[in-house]
Amino acid sequence: MTVEPVSHHDARKNTELTQQLLNNFQHDIPLSPTPYADMAERLGVDEQIVLKLLKDLQDQGILSRVGAVFRPNRVGVSTLAAMAVPEYRLQQVADIISAYSAVNHNYEREHHFNLWFVVTAENPQQLDDTLADMESRTDIRILSLPMEKDYHIDLGFPLQLVQGGNHDR
Amino acid sequence: MIDERKLIASLQHGLPLVSRPYAAIARQIDSSEEEVINYIQLMKNQGDIKRFGVVVRHRKLGYKSNAMVVWDIAEDKVDELGHCFGQFDFVTLSYRRPRHLPDWPYNLFCMIHGQDRADVLTNLQLMIESCDVKGINHEVLFSTRCFKQRGAVYIQSEQKKSARV
Repeated sequence: MTVEPVSHHDARKNTELTQQLLNNFQHDIPLSPTPYADMAERLGVDEQIVLKLLKDLQDQGILSRVGAVFRPNRVGVSTLAAMAVPEYRLQQVADIISAYSAVNHNYEREHHFNLWFVVTAENPQQLDDTLADMESRTDIRILSLPMEKDYHIDLGFPLQLVQGGNHDR
Repeated sequence: MIDERKLIASLQHGLPLVSRPYAAIARQIDSSEEEVINYIQLMKNQGDIKRFGVVVRHRKLGYKSNAMVVWDIAEDKVDELGHCFGQFDFVTLSYRRPRHLPDWPYNLFCMIHGQDRADVLTNLQLMIESCDVKGINHEVLFSTRCFKQRGAVYIQSEQKKSARV
């Protein structure tokens, strides 16, 4: 395999390809033995190009994963948790919370309740135990706001990639 | 028979980026490629998997701003407004959650994305007008820092579990 220098033309083609890859396959990765080859065929490129692009996007942190978004509470249980953390302790508390493998999202938000995170577990007991453990380790009370009804969950949304100022569309 | 728990545990980390990813998963969980594909199809058909595809981190793509907007909605209106909010393509979540009085009076949550703050607020204004919720008590919680973001891991690997004990 040879590695060619990336020209501007290639970079633009790459951006277009990335955009198509991210937009066209948010819902339905083919359920065939060779899904990436099938995606590549639809995009008019080689399987190796699709795989390389996905790996690059993953390395850059743009692609979280190729995979499933499960219906909430279908597998295990989860809750949205909030804490009101004194500003000077925020980083320290956030680090403690992020270190739990049961935590996926952990954000600072502009509010009296300034730390928001999602905690998952296999069952309600385990979830309660984790929350109690977090409270005792941080000495901060948790507001637990489990989902009661799901009206709409992330179904992907149209993405516009912007690269530099010289893309023609 | 396929072990559903093992399949989900394996899937939650994402499909391997190899030519035959379902076969690779099958090997990890002592199943077959065909069984894995069929079972994913079944979970999709049943609505257990809401979507099966590329999952991106919006922040990294220039959608740098997101706000969680929380609303205090009368019980008999929550369903209607939850659906109304959910129809916009810049809204990625619309959930009912419990109030915790007196600290927390809000029972409807939605996540709005945009390229920047102004974009998010424009989107919010559009929602307020379309869903006719002017004057309803709400707060806009912009996220300022992301400490951690990855897919949910409901099932810990046996190794990790024992390490925590």
